[in-house]
Formats: sequence, structure tokens, C-alpha cells
Amino acid sequence: MASNPITNTWTLTKIRVRLAMRNRTFLFFSLIMPLGFLFFFVLVFSKGSTGWIGYILGAVLTLTVMGSFWGLSVQLVMFREAGILRRFRLAPLGAGPMLASSILANYLLVVPSVVIEILACKWALHMPGWGNLWAVFLLITVGSAAFSAFGLIVASVTNTMQETQVINQLIWTGFLFLSGASVPLAIFPHWIQRAALFMPATYLANGLEAATTNASTPTEVVTDFIALTLGLLVAFEISRRLFRWEPEAKFPNSAKLWALAALVPFVAFGIYENVAGNRLERIQQNFHSLSSREAPPPPSDIH
Amino acid sequence: MPEPIIAVEGLFKTYQSNGVAVEAVRGLSFSVQEGEVFGLLGPNGAGKTTTVEILEGMRTPDRGTARVCGLDPEKAGSDFKQKIGAVLQSTSLPDKLRVKEALDLFANFYTNRADTESLLKRFQLEEKRDAFYSQLSGGQKQRLALAMALVNNPQVVFLDEPTAGLDPQVRREIYDIIEELRKDKKTVLITTHYIEEAERLCDRVAIVDYGRIIKTGTPRELKHSSAGTTRIEVRLAKPLTNGVLSTLEGVADCRDFEGTYIIHSTLPPRTIVALVKQLEAENNELQSLEMFSPSLEDVFIELTGRRLRD
Repeated sequence: MASNPITNTWTLTKIRVRLAMRNRTFLFFSLIMPLGFLFFFVLVFSKGSTGWIGYILGAVLTLTVMGSFWGLSVQLVMFREAGILRRFRLAPLGAGPMLASSILANYLLVVPSVVIEILACKWALHMPGWGNLWAVFLLITVGSAAFSAFGLIVASVTNTMQETQVINQLIWTGFLFLSGASVPLAIFPHWIQRAALFMPATYLANGLEAATTNASTPTEVVTDFIALTLGLLVAFEISRRLFRWEPEAKFPNSAKLWALAALVPFVAFGIYENVAGNRLERIQQNFHSLSSREAPPPPSDIH
Repeated sequence: MPEPIIAVEGLFKTYQSNGVAVEAVRGLSFSVQEGEVFGLLGPNGAGKTTTVEILEGMRTPDRGTARVCGLDPEKAGSDFKQKIGAVLQSTSLPDKLRVKEALDLFANFYTNRADTESLLKRFQLEEKRDAFYSQLSGGQKQRLALAMALVNNPQVVFLDEPTAGLDPQVRREIYDIIEELRKDKKTVLITTHYIEEAERLCDRVAIVDYGRIIKTGTPRELKHSSAGTTRIEVRLAKPLTNGVLSTLEGVADCRDFEGTYIIHSTLPPRTIVALVKQLEAENNELQSLEMFSPSLEDVFIELTGRRLRD
């Protein structure tokens, strides 16, 4: 009788969560650092106004979720290099449960961070509303899974930890600065904004920003949700196909092109948004309306 | 004779290393009966690990067939993995995984699960049940690896160099465990380059070199096949170059291994007397002299002209 992939996935998920909770570095990067970012951004950018807090929350939630990408790729490569994966290979397990449990465990570990960040904004920083928590929940769920799957692809196509770190750094820099998660997309030159529409991180950042700032409903962020869901499905399938258990099973450079296939949904959405969509207009409008609404009073008004 | 539980026929496997083809396994054939402890004995690089990993379903042979429990390891997938247990030569577990958790985790993947509490007791890991993997000594890690190989009550157990790198005391502990497996009538395929291990643990041994089996038999049969000679290992103050040792009384064979002369003698006392006289005549001195009963090492030297540790 064959073992059950769903039971195996759940068994692995539980142990991965437990292992992560025993890792102080993980706790620092997943709980403390995002909170640090949150308070730092609020201190620097909110200018004493609570209206910006929803916007900043959207950005910090994006960073928290995108962290899945970095964490999972490094962990998988570390497991492979240490020969841990090959021990699991002996058991009646396929690549599917190994990868699915990485994604699921990561999601279960992201959710508490997200909840803490939202509660900190609401209760410690006096965010005016809650945003739309349903939309936030949906985007966090699919976003965390999609970025985890992107990380798993990086882990599959890189042969060493050093290579993984370099590729992660390159991708992460793009995600960080061109998605609106750390610098508002609206202030960039128009050509950069157009290029950003091809990036997965833009859909996550933009959707979360809309849900936390304008309380956009799930229906209103459906495009972001679909883009991330398609990205997740494609990335998961590619990572499953490219998965390697053995440290010495090196990956041919030509096969690395496969990884680019994960971008296909975002290329399609990028073309659509550039040609027929109005996402950039909405991003601009939202940013400028927030800026004008929440701008500190001009010096002449101060008596 | 019943159908063998492991059957290997004409196995070939070549790796590419820096653009050069390295033939790890070159036409290997053997079979193992149920309940037998079978050893693959050979030096590092002989192709033992590659062979075992093909049998575990972790590598694909270039040619030849391998069947374990009547299944093709490469194609049978999950059903096959339910039937086997293994200790890999190079593997690890997450540092922060506890001993009992590791056993329970792996037991959960199988339909036929052993009682992990009993395994802890049997492998003397009860006191370490809550210890992290990173806190275990080399011997404890190996005992855990052996326990994990049995979490599914496997029909066949593969042990790839189970005592490599362990100190002699821990090695003996592992031997006791493997002897228990034999008493339990488990089929065990063990690879090793330790003579003592093969002689003590295996019902039958295949001597492997350069990817080929050069002789198979029980340890007793193999030792008897080495012409009943005694091995005398000698180190001298000055090297001998004239091959005079081969001419001494009773000497069946003599080889120089980097300054250590290995003499196989059918008449050891006479050979030693003749040796001492010869050295006196040449104004040479003995630095050391050791005598060994016939062992599998002698068989290996006879067959390959090299020592196992070369």
C-alpha cells in the first residue's frame, strides 16, 4: 500500500514549523525585523499623520511575504548540500510533498507575523481603519505561496549556496525597489513603472496597498490575486520538475532557462497592463491623493 | 534454491568527472538470499556505494538489471521504498531535530511502522530521546541512522560503510547491532573496506575492485582459497632491492608496500628463521615483524596485488 502524499505533506509541515520555531535567526528575521521596519517607516514617512499607516502596512506586509522567497531557497539548498534531502529520498516521499510542505509551513509561519503587524498598526500606531482584511488574507495566502515557489525554483536551479545567495540578491533587489514595497512606484520615471508591471512583486505590493489603504475588496484586487495564483501554479510545477535531492546532481546551465517560464503569467499580465490596463493610473492617483490628503500643513499655516 | 531477494546482473555505471568518464561499476553480478548478511568488500572507489545506491533506487544504472524483493528499484517507486531500510554513507538530519522526533517523523511515512519506543531502547538512545541531532556524537548519530533504517520493519536493509570513521569501541557496538539483525533473519547488504567487519558479520562476501567482483564466497571459503598462508609483515632498517625475500624457505609470495614487506608463508617459523639469517648476512636489521592468520586482506592482496586500504 502506497503512503498518502497529503498525510506526508502534513507530517513534514508540522516538523518544519517546529524546526523553524527553534531557530532564533528565523524568529528574528520573520518577527522582529518586519516590526522594526514597520516602526521605522512610520517614524520616517508618516510625518505624524495616521493616514499613511495603512500604506506603510501594505508595504511591510509585502516585505514579510516576499521574505518567503529568500528563506525557502536558502533552506532547501542548505538541506541538499548537507545531504539531508537524500535521507528523505529513501523514504516513500515524492518531490511534491517535500515542496508543498515547505510552502505550507512557510505560510503558517508568515501568518502570525502578518497578524502582529496588523495589530501593531491598529493598536500601537492608531491606524484609522482595518483595511479590507479578507483581501489582505487572500493576497497574503496566495502571495506567500507564490513567493515560496519562486524561492524553490531558485534552489532547484542553483548548484551551490554561494550561487543561490547571488541570484537571490539580484532578484530580491528588483523585488524590493521596483515593486512599490520600499519606494512608492508612483515616484519612479514612467518607463520604470511600466517595467515594474512585469514583476510578481508589483502585484503583491499593489494589491496589499489597495487593501490596506483603500479597503479594496477581494473583487477589486482580483487581478492581483489571479496573477499571483497563476504564478504560484506555474512556479510550483516548475520547481517540482526541477527538484534535485542529491548535492552532486548539478544542474545544466541550459536547463536554467526553464526557471524563466515561471515569469510567463507576469509577462502576460505586464503586457495586458501596459497595453490595456489602468493599474499605473490607479497607483498614481492613490499615491497623490494620499499625499495631498495627508500632507503636513504648509509653513504659512503655522502660527 | 529459492528466488534471491536481491539479484544483480551485469550492472554498469559510468560517471562524468571533469569531462572524463569514470567507470564506477563494470559488469557487476551477484545475488543475495533472504535472511543472508551479504558483504561487498573493497577499497574506496571500488564501486560499492554506487552499487548499493542503484539497489536503493537512488541511481540509474547505464546497463544491467537489479531487482530487490522482486521489484525494479528504479521504477517501483513508493511500493519498493516501503520494503527497504538503509543507512547511507553520506547523509545528515536537521540540527534541531530531536532523536525521537526523527524516528517518529520517518516512521510516519511508512504503512508498516515499527514501535519507535522499542527502537530507542534497542539502540540505546533512550537517554538521548530529546537531544538535538547536532548534540549527538558520531556513534550516536550512526545508531540513530540504524534505528531509522528499521522504522518500517524492512525486508532488506542496506548498510553503506556503517562504521566508517567511528572509533573501535563504537564500531564494536554497531557490530553487535548488525549481529542482532542477523539473528532476526533480516536480509542485510553491507558495504565495507574493513576486513574485520566483513569476516565477523557477513555470511557471504563479494570482493570488489575497480567496479568488478573478483571473488565471492563465505569468509571461510575465501580465506581457504588463499592457499592457507600466514601473512608476515616486516619493516627493515635498510630496503632490500634484490628480491631475496621471495627466495626464503616457505615463502609463497612477497610484495613491497612502501617499505613494508608483506610475505605470505606456508611455513612461518622457518621463514622467520631464514629471514633473520639473511638480514644478519646483509648487515640489515628488523624494525618490526607482525604475523597474521589468513584473512580476507590476504585474499585481496593475492587477487589484486594491492592492500585494501590503498
